[in-house]
Amino acid sequence: MKHVARQVIFYAALIGIWALLAKLKIWPPYIFPTPWGVVDALLAGFKDHSFWIAIGVSMKRMMLGYGISVALGMVLGLGVGSNKFLEETVGGLLVSLQSLPSICWLPLAVLWFGLTEKAILFVVVMGSLLSVTIAMEDGRKHMPKIYGMAGRNLGARGFALFWHVLLPASLPYIISGLKQGWAFAWRSLISGEMIFVSLGLGQLLMMGRDLNDMSQVIAVMILIIAIGYIVDGLVFKSVERRLRNKWGLAPAT
Amino acid sequence: MTPNAHNTASEPVFFGDHRSTARASATRWKTGAAPSVLPLPQPVSDVPKVSLHGISLSYKTTNGSRLLAIDNIDLKVRTGEFLCIVGPSGCGKSTLLHLIAGLHKPTSGHVLVDDNVVEGTGTDRILIFQELGLFPWLKVGENVEFGMKMKGLSKAEREEKIRYYLRLVHLSQFKDSYAHQLSGGMRQRVALARALATEPDVLLMDEPFAALDAQTRDLLHDELERIWAETGRTIVFVTHNVREAVRLGDRVVLFTFRPGRVKREFQVDLPRPRQLEEVDVARAAREILEHLREEINKSLEVEYGVWP
Ligand SMILES: Nc1ncnc2c1ncn2[C@@H]1O[C@H](COP(=O)(O)OP(=O)(O)OP(=O)(O)O)[C@@H](O)[C@H]1O
Ligand SMILES: [Mg+2]
Repeated sequence: MKHVARQVIFYAALIGIWALLAKLKIWPPYIFPTPWGVVDALLAGFKDHSFWIAIGVSMKRMMLGYGISVALGMVLGLGVGSNKFLEETVGGLLVSLQSLPSICWLPLAVLWFGLTEKAILFVVVMGSLLSVTIAMEDGRKHMPKIYGMAGRNLGARGFALFWHVLLPASLPYIISGLKQGWAFAWRSLISGEMIFVSLGLGQLLMMGRDLNDMSQVIAVMILIIAIGYIVDGLVFKSVERRLRNKWGLAPAT
Repeated sequence: MTPNAHNTASEPVFFGDHRSTARASATRWKTGAAPSVLPLPQPVSDVPKVSLHGISLSYKTTNGSRLLAIDNIDLKVRTGEFLCIVGPSGCGKSTLLHLIAGLHKPTSGHVLVDDNVVEGTGTDRILIFQELGLFPWLKVGENVEFGMKMKGLSKAEREEKIRYYLRLVHLSQFKDSYAHQLSGGMRQRVALARALATEPDVLLMDEPFAALDAQTRDLLHDELERIWAETGRTIVFVTHNVREAVRLGDRVVLFTFRPGRVKREFQVDLPRPRQLEEVDVARAAREILEHLREEINKSLEVEYGVWP
């Protein structure tokens, strides 16, 4: 409870200072909006459905892009994690590619796919594929060998072995990588949407800039943070907690 | 007959009054002083079920050298036989079971099951791992179900067998628990139920009763003996408890310290069902223990450089 109280006080103070500065009118409102202006922009955005539409479009892209990169990353990660040669070659390449910000793939994507959905999906996939792959490879290596042996011993092989044994056995070791992959995918998506015109939250952000509507810019930023927080903090955290409880592992720090 | 100290592995030592067949000794039990339990049928046949031919296996160690875990083992397990393996810690008992299960490939030699060379795992041979290897993401019931699911049994059949085998190991109440919520002994019983539920021809058991209290262990000895007698399954049972080996086994094979070789075999023709506390069992166990102690001393010498 104390923890919550502290948070409430902190944010109240933050908004208070913001309101005060806005009230002093040092800067014009299109550069420094008021808190109630932002609230109005939020309400207006939801009311005329433009926020809902943008959220819908962005989430759909996320689901697709992230889904593709998880599926691909699992295959790649398992391959790399179980083969010495692949680990030394492909594994090394993946690590070095990780230093490339995903938005750098956009020019290439636009040349390949044009200004289409595919281009933006490509950027999202490239943004998260590497961390999912590396997480998978890592999970495969850290997972106790006994589960794979027990699975084979009880008659699981091929895809059944992967699906019923190797995947669930490595889940506690890859969940943080999956979470990181989601965060990367989210960032890649927003940057991608900002750069070329298409529906979505990123575009809404740029529209705010074009209209000199700082309230809308901040409102959309808050939206982006909120969605990131909800997915990361609520969905992934609770999955992780459930997993650790089930396995009888100590809670994650 | 007293085993002679120069006996070799090829000349098994016999316990029991004479080199009787299993059936004869069962009859003897019948004619003995008022048996309280009916004698169990003893399903041993002479057809080999599992044969090891010149099996060796060496592990790669972390410093790049190789460690010879088991060396040139020839061993035949007959169909329906209850074979126990004893030997000092680290002599390769678990390794041998892994080889029969098809989880490892021997460095040389080959394993035959019913005249087929073992190339990998198969549901005709189920191993109860020393580390158990229960799946922590599945409930107890689902763990027991796993092998049956892989074999493609119907849901109804699976449900029935889960119920049956969980009751057998006295864990009906814990069907929906997770492994980490159980005690060590309870986990061993789950692993036993999981293996039994797949109903394999060959059951490979790696110290399955090590963590049990005496009462539960006695109960499970009785149950295992009964299941074995009823189903005619072939069992290879590893234990460090010589008395347990004599209590359960038709034959006890003693391994040498690293590298594991067959040091000596003991034929146990005592009537069944046996009791852990029986005089005959104790006598036979003492005999085997003397030989085992030699090997344990060797292992202590290697590990600690002392001869206690
Ligand atoms: N994966 C492995 N890599 C390297 N060496 C191994 C491996 N597994 C076992 N060994 C070695 O092989 C030898 C035999 O091991 P094994 O587990 O078969 O012994 P054991 O007879 O089952 O012992 P215990 O009674 O203690 O269970 C040991 O000396 C061990 O150090
Ligand atoms: Mg062992």
